[in-house]
Amino acid sequence: MVRLFRDVLQEKDFVVTAEIGPPKGTDVSRLVHHIELLRDRVDALNVTDNQSSVMRVSSLAACRLIVEHGGEPILQLTCRDRNRLALQSELLSAWVLGVRNVLCLTGDYVTVGDHPEAKPVFDLDSVQLLQTVQYLNQGRDLAGNNLEGATDFLAGSVVTPEADPLEPQLVKFAKKVRAGARFFQTQAVYDLDRFRRFMEQARRLLAQNQMGPVKILAGIVLLTSAKMARYMNEHVPGIMVPESLIEQLTGAEKGKALQVGIQIAGRLIRQIQQERLCDGVHIMAIGKEERVPDILAEAGLA
Amino acid sequence: MIVAERKPLDEIEAMLASAERVLVVGCGTCVAVCMAGGEKEVELLASELRMRAQASGQRRRIDQVTLTRQCDREYLDALAAYVEEYDVLLSTACGAGVQLLAERFDGKLILPALNTRFIGTAEGPGVWSQRCLACGQCLLHLTGGVCPVTRCPKNLLNGPCGGTNHGKCEVNPENDCAWTLIYRRLEKLGRLDLLDAIQPPKDYRPMTKPARLVHPAFQTESAPPTK
Repeated sequence: MVRLFRDVLQEKDFVVTAEIGPPKGTDVSRLVHHIELLRDRVDALNVTDNQSSVMRVSSLAACRLIVEHGGEPILQLTCRDRNRLALQSELLSAWVLGVRNVLCLTGDYVTVGDHPEAKPVFDLDSVQLLQTVQYLNQGRDLAGNNLEGATDFLAGSVVTPEADPLEPQLVKFAKKVRAGARFFQTQAVYDLDRFRRFMEQARRLLAQNQMGPVKILAGIVLLTSAKMARYMNEHVPGIMVPESLIEQLTGAEKGKALQVGIQIAGRLIRQIQQERLCDGVHIMAIGKEERVPDILAEAGLA
Repeated sequence: MIVAERKPLDEIEAMLASAERVLVVGCGTCVAVCMAGGEKEVELLASELRMRAQASGQRRRIDQVTLTRQCDREYLDALAAYVEEYDVLLSTACGAGVQLLAERFDGKLILPALNTRFIGTAEGPGVWSQRCLACGQCLLHLTGGVCPVTRCPKNLLNGPCGGTNHGKCEVNPENDCAWTLIYRRLEKLGRLDLLDAIQPPKDYRPMTKPARLVHPAFQTESAPPTK
């Protein structure tokens, strides 16, 4: 029996979560395979919400599959596709279906995805969505109406440690904490010196504002090739893969770049844990969920 | 002001279909300033259409006139005397002007020659950018005079998203990140405290379409004051 993520966050020294993506289409066999593969190996499984604005099976449906297969899901919920009615309805539905954790996100813009002509919603922002979760937890909705039965979600959000400039990002981080975020899963980190500096700033901010316990899990995105690393550096804001890591990937024997990527991820996780840089890691193996156990083994966490 | 751009000539020609008598109606206000539908542009459009008609051997008479303002009824009356001579009126006003023209001359087919784009300002010669969404609830006093509702593609009210990129926007790297601008402005003004409060969800009721506004001095019993 898996434990509630809320309890794990409180009790465990080093928390590990991983991300899985729902299929585009109704064949969930791969998704179920990933759930079964990872359910007992990590503390909770995030499910993306139409990731990169590409239409797929909903996060909620996949989270329900995780519940049915004995895992602990984290519902990712973005503000891109739903107005405040639909967001609240989705949250109530998630609770009814046994989902206990929610990660509140702004969401990518629609034009990066596979339906670029779609109307973007963004009725609420991620801070307001976090507040909305708190209202539902208190038994009322965003309009102040009473609910027949409240939720009791553990809410989290994201932060980009390498955002440039960082100050406005920290303003929003503080607002998210005040709006009820109890855990953060960060954008990918690769340069741990820079991440250390971010954590110092974040911890100072939390202490100054006397904010309650907030757990931060460092985002680990699996590097699959030098090309992918370069692509992220050029096209994904807030991700900076250092040249030294790209060289390691370039230097890999033919067909072995992924193996090197797994070693890099394992090494990062090991170092984060040894130096207690933060409270855990969130592994995003985008499309290579199959290899998450290998990353955990490299990290000494298997 | 309202910024518009002319539709492609092919599209305009296709709209005209078999019309033989065409009056191109310009507007001397916003669309004249943004060089899309004022007197000069109307002249140019009319002669382009004439040349095309001539080249394809189509019988088509194209005349032109530019009104002071197409969104104001009093300026449209001047057209009444000769509207009947035409099959269609091709308006180079913004969408508001086109509609008033259609309302005033309801027996006539009115065609739009422009695409109305936004409320904006001139950046420099020939360049305009969007600055106002007419949301009906201005919050520029909180954001250092930079509008996140208009300038952030995601309408974010509480700070930047993770896509902020060295001061630029991930949605269009040519645009500045509104929240970086806001932060820098407030920093310069020594008013970063304005960012402390969590902004509540926006009330979208003032944006309910179609909006209508009665100036207080003109409110009568038949038009009760809006609450």
